[in-house]
Order: sequence, then structure tokens, then C-alpha cells
Amino acid sequence: MFTRRLFAGALALGATSLMLAPAFAQTSGGYPDKPINYIVVFNAGGASDLAARMQQKYFEAEIGVGAVVQYMPGGGGAQGWARLNSMEPDGYTIMGTNLPHNILQPMAADVGYETDDIATVNFFQYTPSIVVVPKDSQFKTLDDLIAYAKENPGSLTFSGSGSNSGDQVMKERFDQVAEVVTTYIPFSGTSPATAALLGNQVQASVTYTTEGVNQGDQLRVLAVAADERLPALPDAPTFKELGYDLVGGAYRGVAVPNGTPEERRQEVSGMISKISQNAEFKQEMEQAGFVPVDITYSEIPEFIAEQTEIYTSVAEPLGLIDK
Amino acid sequence: MEILGYFSNALEPTNLLLALFGVAVGTLIGALPGLSATMSLAVLVPFTFTMDPASGLVMLGAIYTGALYGGAYAAILVNTPGTPSAIATTFDGFPMAKRGDGALAVTLATLVSVFGGLTGALMLLLLAPPLARVALQFGPAEYFWLAILGLTLIAALSVGNQLKGLVAALFGLMLSMVGVATVGGDLRLTFGTNALIGGINVVAGLIGIYCIPVLFDLVRTADPHLDPPQGSHVAGFRLREAFSILGRNKFNLVRSSVVGTLIGILPGAGGSIASLITYSAAQRASKDKDSFGKGNPAGIIATESANNATVGGGFVPTLVLGIPGTPPDAIILGALLVQGIKIGPTLFTEQAEITYTFIAGLILATLFMLPVGLLIGRYAYRSIASIPKAALVPSIAFLTVVGSYSIQNNWYDVVIMLVLGVIAWLIKEVGYPTSPIALGLVLGSIAEQGFVQTFLIGRAQGDIVGRFFQSPISLFLVTIIVMGLLGPALRSLWKARRRQRHPATEAGRSEASK
Repeated sequence: MFTRRLFAGALALGATSLMLAPAFAQTSGGYPDKPINYIVVFNAGGASDLAARMQQKYFEAEIGVGAVVQYMPGGGGAQGWARLNSMEPDGYTIMGTNLPHNILQPMAADVGYETDDIATVNFFQYTPSIVVVPKDSQFKTLDDLIAYAKENPGSLTFSGSGSNSGDQVMKERFDQVAEVVTTYIPFSGTSPATAALLGNQVQASVTYTTEGVNQGDQLRVLAVAADERLPALPDAPTFKELGYDLVGGAYRGVAVPNGTPEERRQEVSGMISKISQNAEFKQEMEQAGFVPVDITYSEIPEFIAEQTEIYTSVAEPLGLIDK
Repeated sequence: MEILGYFSNALEPTNLLLALFGVAVGTLIGALPGLSATMSLAVLVPFTFTMDPASGLVMLGAIYTGALYGGAYAAILVNTPGTPSAIATTFDGFPMAKRGDGALAVTLATLVSVFGGLTGALMLLLLAPPLARVALQFGPAEYFWLAILGLTLIAALSVGNQLKGLVAALFGLMLSMVGVATVGGDLRLTFGTNALIGGINVVAGLIGIYCIPVLFDLVRTADPHLDPPQGSHVAGFRLREAFSILGRNKFNLVRSSVVGTLIGILPGAGGSIASLITYSAAQRASKDKDSFGKGNPAGIIATESANNATVGGGFVPTLVLGIPGTPPDAIILGALLVQGIKIGPTLFTEQAEITYTFIAGLILATLFMLPVGLLIGRYAYRSIASIPKAALVPSIAFLTVVGSYSIQNNWYDVVIMLVLGVIAWLIKEVGYPTSPIALGLVLGSIAEQGFVQTFLIGRAQGDIVGRFFQSPISLFLVTIIVMGLLGPALRSLWKARRRQRHPATEAGRSEASK
């Protein structure tokens, strides 16, 4: 049993590493009838990969075909997204997307795609932002942190992942609602940003619920930027509870190349929804700190417009809009 | 002795087979230039979903450790590092193969990889939580100094022509700046093309810089690639000889293994930096500095023990803190999370069974490298030497393209690889060393991020200069850097003085040493 599986593994290794061309055959009826290429535009092991891997587990059971996860990282995802529309528009190639990345990246620079170029057909999860401090920090509550920031303008340091990123925008929004001035220190990813916090190189960090769940007792979550408390972080209050109107985070979805026919787009959206409705999948997502959502194809345009407005209104005063 | 119980778990036939399979596959993948541990792990992860968590982990760990070891083969026999961690292995490994000591070099690499791997795994087993705290002491300032320490190796790599070495290193540093800046988000040196937004991929760049010039050189001359002298003394493992060399290099071996483990613990450093730093340490500590780069086995001992030691080291922050020490660790961490395993300190208590079975599996996999490696090594040298160039060159050329494409499934990387390869070949022709370019490319972004982050934190706290020098680790690194840079000058000054005072004895000694 194991050896056969391993043999298959070795074959898959050879096949995948040489897999240069996407699928050829395309049948109109009976979609899907062969494995789906699921492209992750971040490195293996990141939160986007984790979410895709969780879905991958349920493809066989819910959809009847498997999914092959491939990676096209580079430029914070921009390189993969810039190539999406040159791929086969047959519904067998899907790509993970991310808000606010897909809004902020084209806003800040010419990265080879525009927000409208990315045809997301379904958003399946939401990962709220959080503000965390090390467990032995002097800041026991969000108010402690804000009081310190008010007394020492500019000296409170937050680590976060990347520049012009969701984390940085969240930090700036936090400064606005709390009426403080703090310093943002960008790191090359979520893990290095957390390492800097755990090592007391910085005093606080803007990160995502998934990281708060991963780190467990090592961190204290001061506030969650969600409407409600999360099952995975029951003790962490929301910003709203504490009197600050701050909700935000990352939405991850699935997109198809923009030549994909309308009908196929709906089928892809339906496929993702079907996995999202699996109770076990939902539970696993929640345990990891994700909030499972199911924003389907017809709701997408309105949702993206709404998010774009939020980020444009924040990014403009920050000078993130470069073009 | 619960730990022994977990070892018996790892000794289950399935786990043993998986470890053996993983090491063999990993070694082969690592030996092929361009195919990396990260890629093979990413492809194999889905197969672990249906396995018992500990078994899946044992297999992934074995592939990883095998791949780091396998990188030495291509480095020694073809002069192209199979993995980035084996860059420094080419410095002395290939000259050894050239002069007919290929089998000895491979045997040495095998023995020290096992030793380094065991050192890392045992430190993981016994010292993981305190070591994780050490990792956290490494902040931006410390990473900056560590990268600068690595860059001082340029001096050693460009003996005889420091200026050309510096020029090459500056070119490497510029390459590391291409693309979207991590800190600041500016778009730099992209010349308006989307191809460069993601920057120069380090692995693609290294494949180009190291493999393409080798290909040109192979094609240009009619001589055979390797010309093993005929005779009985070159056949076989040459184990006895290897052990006597190790005996003379005990300190080097232990130092490199421990330093390799410690650098492995630092997220953001990794195998390539560990092997470069231990190489320069070995050279500095050696009495016979000039023989480094010309086939001194001490170089291989340092780099190969260090890069395998990073495996165990890298799992320390991965398992204890949930912060991956290296890119392959990130994949293994992802596999753990998908399996629903909670990482963090509880791994060593509540989920001890999985954790200790995994560590035991890692130790077994490391031990398996011995038979697997010696067996492959016995034939590798002869067969690489006997493959006609007409077959060797196209095979390596094919692998460089496949390898650079598959890192990010991106054709841009293939183009970047080829362009950098041709540049590296051209500047080699006019007498510039190429390793400083690689060093600049690998260390540039670490140095830059460390510098800017330290600057920003220092500015927020109103003490920029102090921030760079305030921790004991920073001061320690700065001391080593200053000693390394001033050392040779002071030594020659001292020698010159001595010669003035005792011209007779000095002349007599140098006569005797010849």
C-alpha cells in the first residue's frame, strides 16, 4: 500500500517538475472530468498554501477529481497574477487570489496587472488582522498599548509583512482610529515578522489570526479586526468591543483566466462553494484561525468594489498611490 | 526513558523503509544541479496527508537531509553545486576530483555529512527549547552583521586580486537589489519589465553563475572532464585515508557541525550561509591557508558537515516556535498544520510521540546516508569520469533549464539564469572571480533588510548607532569581522618584523617547509 503510493509519488515528482504545458482536452459536458491545476502564487508553507492544501484534501471526495497544487511565487504574488490571463481558460486552471493584495499592488506600482484583470469567481475565506504582543509584554490590553503610544509618539514599533501590504495599511488604519503615531517595520514575511516580535526586537506586531493561533501561548492577542470573536481565539476581544471601528484582513479566493466562459466561471465558483460547505473542512479552517466564507460568483463585483473603496480611501492619504 | 520508546516507533518497518526511500530519493534529487529539496518536498507533501503524521514527517525529513547531502556529488564531480548549500563544496571538491581524488572527496563528504547531520539532530533532540531562545536573540542588527561577516569571505575567495573580487561582489549586491524592495516597496532596477519585478531568484542566479561557465569550459577544450589516474589506490571508498584526514581535522569537523547547527537555527540564514561561514572559519584557522580552493579536504569537511547540520538546527525554531528555519522547513510545517498538529512548546510534551518519532526518524535517515552514500559514491566518480562529454554537457544544460524553470514555474527565471551564466563566463574570461557575485546575491538582501530595519527601529527609539552595536551577539560578530579583515595585514606585518630581526631562522624555516 505504502510502497505503491510512494511509487506514485516518485512518478508525480517527475511528472510535475516537467509539467510545462497545461491541459489540452476540453469537454463541454461533465465538468470537471480531470484534475484541476490549482496555482498558489506564494511560497509553499505560507497561509495561502495552507488554505489551498486544506481544500485540496476535499477535492477528490466533493468534486470527484483531484487538485494539483503548483507554485508560482515571486514579487509578493504579482508575478503569478500577471500571468493568469495567458493561461488556458478552460476551468482546469485556477489561481489563488488575495484582497487587499490585488487592490494595493496595482495601486502602488505597475506590477503587470490591474485589479480588474483578476477574475476571482469565489472568495472562500477571510483571515482577520490582529494586533499582538509577546506574552510577557508590559501591554496587557489594547488600551495599555495606545496609552504608551500617546505618551511616546513614533517610538512604538510594529513588525509586519512587507511594504505597501495589508499589514502596513492595517497599521496605518490603527493609527488613525486610535489617534496615535507609531512606526511600522516591514519584514520579508509573516514568520520573520513574528520572530522579530518574539525576540523583542519590536514591541508589537500586525499579523493575521492564523499566526495568532499558530503561536498560541507565546503571544497575547490584544485585538482582532473582525466583527465577532473567533472560535479559535475565544479570549481575544474585537476592536469593536473595545470601542474602535476597525475591521479588516485578507480575503482569499479563487480566480480563472479572464477568457473563461461565463458558465464555466459559475461552475468553478460552485465547486469551491461545495468544498466550503463540507463540515469537516469548515471545522479545520476555523481551527487554523481562518473564517470560512462563501462569496459566490454573482456577489463578487459588488464585494470587490466595496473593498476597493475601503483601501483607496486609506491608501490615498498614506501616499501609497504612486502612479 | 520514554525517548527510547519513540525510537522503537521510528524503527517500525514502514518508517524504516520511508526513511531509506527518502534518503535515496533526496540524495538523487540533490545530486542533480537545479533540482532542490524545496521543490521535491512541495511535490511530495500531498502524499503525506493520507499517512500517519509521524511517518509522513519521517519521509519528508529524510528527503530533506538526503538532498542537502546529495548536493555534494555534483559539486565535487562536475563543479556545479547540486543545491545552493553545496556552493562552497565546489571550491575544494572539484580540484580534488580533478587530481584523481574524487572518490576520496565523496567518501569524506559522506562521512562528515553524517557527522554534521547527527550533531544537528542530537542538538534538536536535547536542546531545542533553549536553542530556540538563542534564535530569537537574532534581530535585524545581528542578521546585518552576520551577512557582513559572510561578505568578508570575498577577501578569501579572491586571493591575489582583491579589487576584482570587490567589483564582482558589488555586482552581486546590485543583483540582490533588483525588484520590489521588501523594506520600502520601491521598484528597483527593473528597467520597466515585469520579468524583474520579483527580483533575481537566488537559486536561478546560482545555477547560472556556477553551471553555465562550467558548460562553456567543457565544450571549449578537448580534454576529458575528469581524468582519474589508473591504479589500485584510487579505487574503492578510500575509507582508511578518509578517516585519517578526519583525525587531523577533528576541530574543524566539530566546529563546523556546531556552527552549522547554530546558523541553521536562525530563520533567514540557512545552509548556503552556514557552509560559506564555516568554510571561511576553517580557512582562517588553518595553518595552510593557501591550499584552500586548490583541493584541501578541510574545505569539504567544513561545508558538508555544516550544511547537513542545518537540517536539525532548522527544525528547532520550526517545531518550538512555529517559525520555519529554512524554506523546506516551511513546507514541512505546512504539512504539520494540514494534519491538524499544533506546533509550539506542546509538541515536546502533549504531542511528544509524533515529535520524538520524527527526530528519531531524522537520526535514522542521517545514518542511512552512510550506506546509501558510500554505495552511490563508489560508482559515481568512475561513471561521471567515463561519461563522454557529448552526453554530459547536454544533460547538465537540460537540468539547468528544468531546474531554473521549476523553482517558481516561471520562464523568466530561465532567461535570468542564462543571462547571468553568460555574464559570469565572460567576466571569468577576463580574470574576475565569480563566487563573490554569488555571495553578493545571497547575502545582499539579508544585509540590506537587516540594515534598514535596524535603522528604522533605531530611529523610532532615538538611537540609531547604538541599535547596531547594543547586543553582545552584534559585538561578537563585529569583533570577528574586524579580526578577519585586519588579521592578514597584522600577520604579514608581524612576519616582516620577525624577518628583520631574525633573517636567518625565518629563511631556514621556509626552506624546511618546502
